Amino acid sequence: MSSQTSAGTGIGASVRRKEDHRYITGQGRYTDDINRPGQAHAWFLRSPHAHATIKSIDAKAAAAMPGVLAVFSGDDLAADKVGGLICGWMIHNKDGSPMRAGAHPALAQGKVRYVGDHVCVVIAETLAQARDAAEAIVVDYGVLPAVVDTASAAGARSVVHAEAPDNTVFNWHLGNKDATEAAFKAAAHVTRLDIVNNRLVPNPMEPRAAVGDYDQGEGAFTLYTTSQNPHVARLVLSAFIGIAPENKLRVVAPDVGGGFGSKIFIYAEETVCVWAAKKVGRPVKWTSDRTEAFLSDAHGRDHVTHAELATDADGKITALRVKTTANLGAYLSTFSSSVPTYLYAPLLSGSYDIPAIYAEVDAVYTNTAPVDAYRGAGRPEATFVVERLVEVAARELGKDPAKFRMQNYIKKFPHQTPVIMMYDAGNYGASMKKALEIIDYKGLGKRKRDSARNGKLRGIGFSSYIEACGIAPSAAVGSLGAGVGLWESAEVRVNPVGTVEVLTGSHSHGQGHETTFAQLVSGRLGIPIENVSIVHGDTDKVQMGMGTYGSRSGAVGMSAIFKALDKVIAKGKKVAAYVLEADEADIDFTEGHFTVKGTDRKLDFGSCALQAYVAHKFNGQDLEPGLKEGAFYDPTNFTFPAGVHICEVEIDPDTGVTAIERWAAVDDFGVVINPMIVEGQVHGGIAQGVGQALLEGAKYNADGQLVTASFMDYCMPRADDLPSFDVGMTVTPCPSNPLGIKGCGEAGAIAAPPAVINAITDALGHEDIAMPATPMAVWRAAQKTVKRMAAE
Amino acid sequence: MYAFAYHRPATARQAAGLLAKKEDAKLLAGGHTLLPTMKQRLASPAHLVDLGACADLRGIERKGRNLVIGAMSTHAEVAASSIVQEAIPGLAWLASHIGDPHVRHRGTIGGSVANNDPAADYPAACLALGATIVTNRRKIEADAFFTGLYETALEEGEIVTKIAFPVASKAAYAKFRNPASRYALVGVFVAKRGSDVRVAVTGAGEGGVFRWPEGEAALKVRFAPKSLDGVKASAKGVNADMHADAEYRAHLIGVMAKEAVARAVGK
Amino acid sequence: MASVSLTVNGRAVAANVDPRTLLVQLLRENQRLTGTHVGCDTSQCGACVVHVDGKAVKSCTTLALSCEGAAVTTIEGLATDGALHPMQEAFREHHGLQCGYCTPGMIMAAVDIVNRRGFSLDEKTIREDLDGNICRCTGYHNIVKAIAAGAEAMGGRSMAGKEPPRQAAE
Repeated sequence: MSSQTSAGTGIGASVRRKEDHRYITGQGRYTDDINRPGQAHAWFLRSPHAHATIKSIDAKAAAAMPGVLAVFSGDDLAADKVGGLICGWMIHNKDGSPMRAGAHPALAQGKVRYVGDHVCVVIAETLAQARDAAEAIVVDYGVLPAVVDTASAAGARSVVHAEAPDNTVFNWHLGNKDATEAAFKAAAHVTRLDIVNNRLVPNPMEPRAAVGDYDQGEGAFTLYTTSQNPHVARLVLSAFIGIAPENKLRVVAPDVGGGFGSKIFIYAEETVCVWAAKKVGRPVKWTSDRTEAFLSDAHGRDHVTHAELATDADGKITALRVKTTANLGAYLSTFSSSVPTYLYAPLLSGSYDIPAIYAEVDAVYTNTAPVDAYRGAGRPEATFVVERLVEVAARELGKDPAKFRMQNYIKKFPHQTPVIMMYDAGNYGASMKKALEIIDYKGLGKRKRDSARNGKLRGIGFSSYIEACGIAPSAAVGSLGAGVGLWESAEVRVNPVGTVEVLTGSHSHGQGHETTFAQLVSGRLGIPIENVSIVHGDTDKVQMGMGTYGSRSGAVGMSAIFKALDKVIAKGKKVAAYVLEADEADIDFTEGHFTVKGTDRKLDFGSCALQAYVAHKFNGQDLEPGLKEGAFYDPTNFTFPAGVHICEVEIDPDTGVTAIERWAAVDDFGVVINPMIVEGQVHGGIAQGVGQALLEGAKYNADGQLVTASFMDYCMPRADDLPSFDVGMTVTPCPSNPLGIKGCGEAGAIAAPPAVINAITDALGHEDIAMPATPMAVWRAAQKTVKRMAAE
Repeated sequence: MYAFAYHRPATARQAAGLLAKKEDAKLLAGGHTLLPTMKQRLASPAHLVDLGACADLRGIERKGRNLVIGAMSTHAEVAASSIVQEAIPGLAWLASHIGDPHVRHRGTIGGSVANNDPAADYPAACLALGATIVTNRRKIEADAFFTGLYETALEEGEIVTKIAFPVASKAAYAKFRNPASRYALVGVFVAKRGSDVRVAVTGAGEGGVFRWPEGEAALKVRFAPKSLDGVKASAKGVNADMHADAEYRAHLIGVMAKEAVARAVGK
Repeated sequence: MASVSLTVNGRAVAANVDPRTLLVQLLRENQRLTGTHVGCDTSQCGACVVHVDGKAVKSCTTLALSCEGAAVTTIEGLATDGALHPMQEAFREHHGLQCGYCTPGMIMAAVDIVNRRGFSLDEKTIREDLDGNICRCTGYHNIVKAIAAGAEAMGGRSMAGKEPPRQAAE
């Protein structure tokens, strides 16, 4: 699909982004660009220890330093009855008992639990003064042994939270245990893998920031913050943390420089800034530096898994089981508990017809930064398990990995998996066929021989992923433990001369909603796209909404707009009926005009809007004036984007460098609104997935110090680490929402890691490599290969 | 950063005067090591003497058999200099691969050499080419200049003013970059002048840049990549960190040396 | 406090600053030019790239006082008379940005690549020269396309066939 094809500005057109002008001219407005009159600056004193009791804090000298307005600790928050940070998803143990969660105060109370944990905040006239003063605070710590390792946390002697004496938050399971065991007993072949899904740091380029402001006259707070979901932030800060009632708390998330999940959560810093604004009577600003981001942004992934796949004599997959330990870090972040459970195990069927699946997940506390959703959230972990197992099974059975996948694909829809999901539509074989063509699978043998002649090892890796987006319906997620509903809201305000403002509960932080949402409106109302403005990110302007994560904004957010547009058009028909003196049932709306069936009488949309507002042609008692409609949309099911990514690598066994030579991605996102933007999402997702596979890995040492705490040691993908990508698409519309959209934001990050590792292991001829497959790791693994080749 | 007083002398002499007069003063060249260190509050000089306005510390010239480069010449200036490209193309190549383009616009050869970061590139060139580091007080042979991790023979108040590189008949650099920081994980500079061959290794040594005698001996027999077949660098005294353990780094010394020789002989 | 005089986007600026003020702070806080961003503490991400005397530098690793007498150009100064610079146009046309945070540094770096290497840039050159700029959104695919197209457009806009001045030798 070419991103250059564009027909008009409606659905399917690669409209150039409306929001770009401000970004390319330096006029974007991010939280750190906002300065309030009289603003003071906050600096957080963070724990240098992974695990310690706080015996005492002496801040007297610090409080007396130049420019210092206040120094606060956990005691001050407690005295003000400020509640702790919450986890919004209740998981139950196998025995039905609730998960064991420890308290999560915004400033530590009695104990610190990870390096970077918040001990005190200093508020001063300047940032430098605040930082200077923080160095003068004397904290007497009683250092405790750190619990760091995921696999052994449950057996550790040191206890992170007294509420979870074995460091285990929950033992959870899903699937059919008995059927799975029976299938494994009857299996002709069993493939077994031990897998580590490496811990990642999200690293959006804009670090988190917050400006808290308090209006004494109104008794009202404003928080400017880097959030993907300002209403959720307001709800939590208000209803749970108790900063202020919702009507006295405005949360603004202006331009946000990337999130990838890490800006969903409600963090200590923004809580403290908004609370402290009233305490010191001044606006309080905090901007994270990159080191703080590494230490205290919620990390992603960090699973240790043993996985098994059973096949029968014909190579048909009969069962899959996993035992996973998930590291949730030192505290339960906002949605942390849902990630290794309901966002993980329900995806373990992949694209395959697997009659029996059983997953056991233990979640553990450790003295590391909290772990929560990061691009894909649970689904990359599941896909990595499934696609590695399937690949290795094919190799062990001597089958072509593409054919083995096609043999086992789900071909009939709807399909009920043994792990909750009801897949509504898909055509996985079509994506595979297209991807094989793009990558030139037939030419692979020659390419491998050419590489070998040059002393290089070439390999190909498949990833036939599926994901579940637009997590819904609300009643279903509620029954699984979610503390919120996962619908979305929209309000369409038509102005008197026909321009339109759309207020959406979704939030754009790079996804291009200001363009794609406007395309939907422009297309349906038949008005120029310039006449449509998308408003988001301000709780004072926009009705309650749920925000943007989990690739939900198209499928759920746009569907809400679609429903509101239905109502606008219906109301417009009523107005038009009066104006055109016709029966409402005879009014049609097409291409921006209300027409009367069988006549040439018509009224353009703008004129209709004017008539709605002047209300001259109808009686206000019979029809309300105005043209403004809202909708709350709750989907009937998850959506199931799926696709096939194929990666081809060449390894230099002398240095261990892995070069990605080709990348074919064929995704089925259902109906695509803007191909240019969708392709961009795919590119970015792949880059993050390649990052996980080859470059990125957060590492703590045995003392719980984060040794990858800057870009000097945490390897971010750069331009020369990546190739250009060949992106294709197939389309099976999603039957579960009115637009047929499935979602595209996470696909690349989900698909890419197993594609890369399958390619590397194909090149190596053995499976002994973990993520990230750094040059050193690949070099070492390649020595095995070279030795074996020499022996042959 | 902690507070400091800033000085901007116009000559090296003025700079030296300030260094002598001001307690706890530090020189600022390109600033690409010092400023990040100060931002992290790991360094806190009371006075910062910015050499940016010292015109006498700039300039690149060919003086007989030597290429002489002013200490405040940026990496970009060295890389783009036709004088350097003609005299020691391998040195221009090295300069064009330090850091990234923006760093090369600010970072300087004098700053790099005086700082002697164990993963910096220039120290390998100095050592392999047998450069002379010229200061406001004396001339120091490269072999005696680099004394350890971030340690040099420079004394209190001494300022590097220029570096003189004897022109080699064949010289080239190859480096394997740390995937994250992009500093040299292992960098090897090879130089041949007459019958003398020198191989200097950066990024790998526990004590900073060092010469690799086994490599030099092998290349003295014949200056060709093949000569290094089977010549293994010892992992003893080689750095180990999460990106590369000693064994891998030692292995890379051989690989990079070969690549550098191939580049030097034009293959 | 110490004084510094320079030009920013062609405008003379004289400021009295704490010596520890970085160029990026002078731009963002003193001049309220918030298009230049800070994305890291270790001089790697390139969100802060501006031009000083025509050369791309990291303004987070440059003292404001070191820019005495210098001419600084930021993303806000790239468009002339309301017309977007060809590189800005190219980033929009080729979807070379998503969240926009790295974009000002990317565009300033891209213009610098053209200044150094000319109007005809291959993919390898562009990828290598983006070493000092990190983007987390785009996977670089469209940034690379945008820079190649922007370079060509810059060539078209300058005199036909004439290469831009390469960086001075010394």
